[in-house]
Amino acid sequence: MTKKPASPPADDAVVVRDLLKVFNRGKPNQVDALVDVQLTVRRGEFVSLIGPSGCGKSTLLRLIADLIQPTQGSVIVNGKPAHQARLDQDYGMAFQQSGLFEWRTVARNIELPLELKGWDKTRRRARSREMLELVKLPDFAGHMPWQLSGGMQQRVAIARALAAHPPLLLMDEPFGALDEMTREHMQAELLRICSETGTTVVFVTHSIPEAVYLADRVVVMSPRPGRITRIVEVGMGRDRTELTREATDFFDRVTDVREALRGAELGAQARGIEDR
Amino acid sequence: MTEAVTVKRSVRLRRALMYPLSFVLVACAWELYKWLGPPAGGKVLGMRLLARTNDRAMPHTWKMIERLAHPEVRGRSDAIWLVVSRATWYSFRVALAAFVIGVLLGLVLAVVMVRFKTAERALMPYLAISQTVPIIVLAPLLATLIININKGLVDTKWLPVMVLGVFLAFFPVAVSALKGLQSTNAASLELMDSYAAGWWKTLFKLRFPAAVPYLTPALRLAGASAVVGVVVGEISTGLRTGVGRLVLSYGQDATSDPPKLYTAVFGAAALGLVMSALVVALDKLLRRNLPPEPV
Amino acid sequence: MSTPDAAPGGVARVRRQVGLALPPVALGVAFVAAWQAWVTVRDIQPFVIPAPSKIWQSFTSDFGLVRAASVVTGTNALIGLLIGSLLGFAVAVVTNRFALVSEVVNPLAVTVAAIPAVVIVGVLNNMYALDSQVARRIMTTIAVFFVVFVQVSKGLRQNNPTHLELMRSYAASPRQVLTKVRLPNALSYFFTGVRTAAPLALIISLVSEYFGGPQNGLGTKIASTLSGSNKALGFAYVLGGSIVGLLFYLGSSLLEYVAVPWQRRRESR
Repeated sequence: MTKKPASPPADDAVVVRDLLKVFNRGKPNQVDALVDVQLTVRRGEFVSLIGPSGCGKSTLLRLIADLIQPTQGSVIVNGKPAHQARLDQDYGMAFQQSGLFEWRTVARNIELPLELKGWDKTRRRARSREMLELVKLPDFAGHMPWQLSGGMQQRVAIARALAAHPPLLLMDEPFGALDEMTREHMQAELLRICSETGTTVVFVTHSIPEAVYLADRVVVMSPRPGRITRIVEVGMGRDRTELTREATDFFDRVTDVREALRGAELGAQARGIEDR
Repeated sequence: MTEAVTVKRSVRLRRALMYPLSFVLVACAWELYKWLGPPAGGKVLGMRLLARTNDRAMPHTWKMIERLAHPEVRGRSDAIWLVVSRATWYSFRVALAAFVIGVLLGLVLAVVMVRFKTAERALMPYLAISQTVPIIVLAPLLATLIININKGLVDTKWLPVMVLGVFLAFFPVAVSALKGLQSTNAASLELMDSYAAGWWKTLFKLRFPAAVPYLTPALRLAGASAVVGVVVGEISTGLRTGVGRLVLSYGQDATSDPPKLYTAVFGAAALGLVMSALVVALDKLLRRNLPPEPV
Repeated sequence: MSTPDAAPGGVARVRRQVGLALPPVALGVAFVAAWQAWVTVRDIQPFVIPAPSKIWQSFTSDFGLVRAASVVTGTNALIGLLIGSLLGFAVAVVTNRFALVSEVVNPLAVTVAAIPAVVIVGVLNNMYALDSQVARRIMTTIAVFFVVFVQVSKGLRQNNPTHLELMRSYAASPRQVLTKVRLPNALSYFFTGVRTAAPLALIISLVSEYFGGPQNGLGTKIASTLSGSNKALGFAYVLGGSIVGLLFYLGSSLLEYVAVPWQRRRESR
């Protein structure tokens, strides 16, 4: 689907080839979650995955994370098989639920992945302080998660995902549970953090403006069976501000994505009718 | 979906099989300890923690079963299982009455507390405290009190015992029902308001159904509590007809007839199990339209 | 907050708290007053129902007796609560690794919760010397064990799915998942279990005394005095038992509050 010819793997953060994922294969409740997926995410790129529920966008993210295994096809992360990338901690992950451990302080939540890697305490402390600066919560190291607002909890989750300085960040609707104001603020913060750290991001969302505002490319997916129908190049550069949300370019891209989604939906319906 | 259901069925079957198996294992552990342990008991760290294993303290499990077929006292014609069953049946009826009255009382109290905020404020602290203080010891007092009020008008020997069961059963129901009745969200209440539904209509159409999931654990607790209340009540008031009293009096025969006590213990256990089966059935009936609970 | 705001705010808060406290206090006072009045006006004999004033008199003058009996029963309950809780936790953690074992223990836990388990003390009394408290303590331990076991097992199983997914993304070993996710989660369930089991421990210890054995505990004292003529002393013992019960509850709640402060938040949500 990507226009570029296959570049050397080291330049690409994620390369997905001929991917097929079937749940409950051979049983009456078989689901073709993903069919014939090709996707390349370049290093430093921000890619949004968007589509209606059941289109397999979260499944694709989990396949990249090696949380589940593909039925067929290959997933290369950071130049190595996804499984090895997971063992090497080449990515950080954030979910819709912040998933903070309620029995750990904010700092110790951020330090968890480092703890599992066997870092010593001083190094962990220094890193969690650095991460709290990055997400602008320097005074909350000793707080418990339930003492923070939803937006703050999500920042801590992002800090935790980036704590080990992974080259890749995988996000599954991380702002889905936040109100619109907080959400827009968090989007701007995420862009700032990514430009400061140079992290590659694969971002699952079901909000069109969010997908467009954040991404270099928006990957549009459709359900039954889940697959990529179009990839919209946003092409607005990386310096995005609140003004970007009001720019004509922005609305044009939003319209592009919306039409791509609508087309995908109509296509799916048409196929649904054919199937019957 | 069909897959999930069949898996669940096989799991359920295995769980059902585990039930008798776990009791067989307990019996085996009993026999194993009886075989290995010291006949006169023993000390661990200077404390007499090891149970005696002689036939008087720990009769063989098969002797307990065997005993069921013999008469209660030498010369009587009825086998002891019949005597124990009669006593258990008696206790069961008292406990059932206690359960039903206790649940109704708990529901009424919860409705009153939902209706009147002041009643909730006044009663809740006492309901909370009542969960922590041993009400059960008041049984003998209830007996004298009821005898005094009643002055022998009706046969009331079972009444204090039942009242104790009611006492223990109604607290968990009141507390959980209140929580459940208050669990309806503001939007649903406003929806009922928009239909111009009155308070009682809202209570029956909205609040009661919403309270059902909260009632489930409370009903189980109430069933068990009613049984405990009745059994302990029988023991402490000296009601001779119930199974609780049999446990105590057969225990006193333990020197001459060790297995006898166990027949009464079986009866008490059966009482509890029948009651809990009944409550589970009631629970299934109440929850028939609700999504299954996560296991 | 500036001072002019603070003063009325403070008054309002005090007034609000008085408003909250008033109904229960009023109900309590009215109940005691009605009881006192009923006994006085109807001239109820003290061996039927003693007046609250008489009970208080008895409680203060025979405080030594009440305390001695409370200590005996309270000690039994505390020992059973401690050992039962620790055993329940340990066995749940061990059996969690072997699904079959917990499937065997679970029916027993269900049964013990459903039957009047305290009759088992009648059996235990035959197995131990009748002049010791061992049988009662073991009975209490058994009752507490199953409550805590069920709770901890639940805590080990019911984890936040996001936590588990995260641990998988960290390529964490099963051992790390146990120590970082399952055990901390089970810990909060453990303390809830202890709080539930604390009043139960006292009740079981009290009722265990009805089945024979040493006569120096609260249970036997209450039973003999309440069915005898010195009912005021009986009520004083009941008061003692209630105080022990409240102490147990407050102690276990405090423990939960201090040890797993996030638990309270979760329940209030």
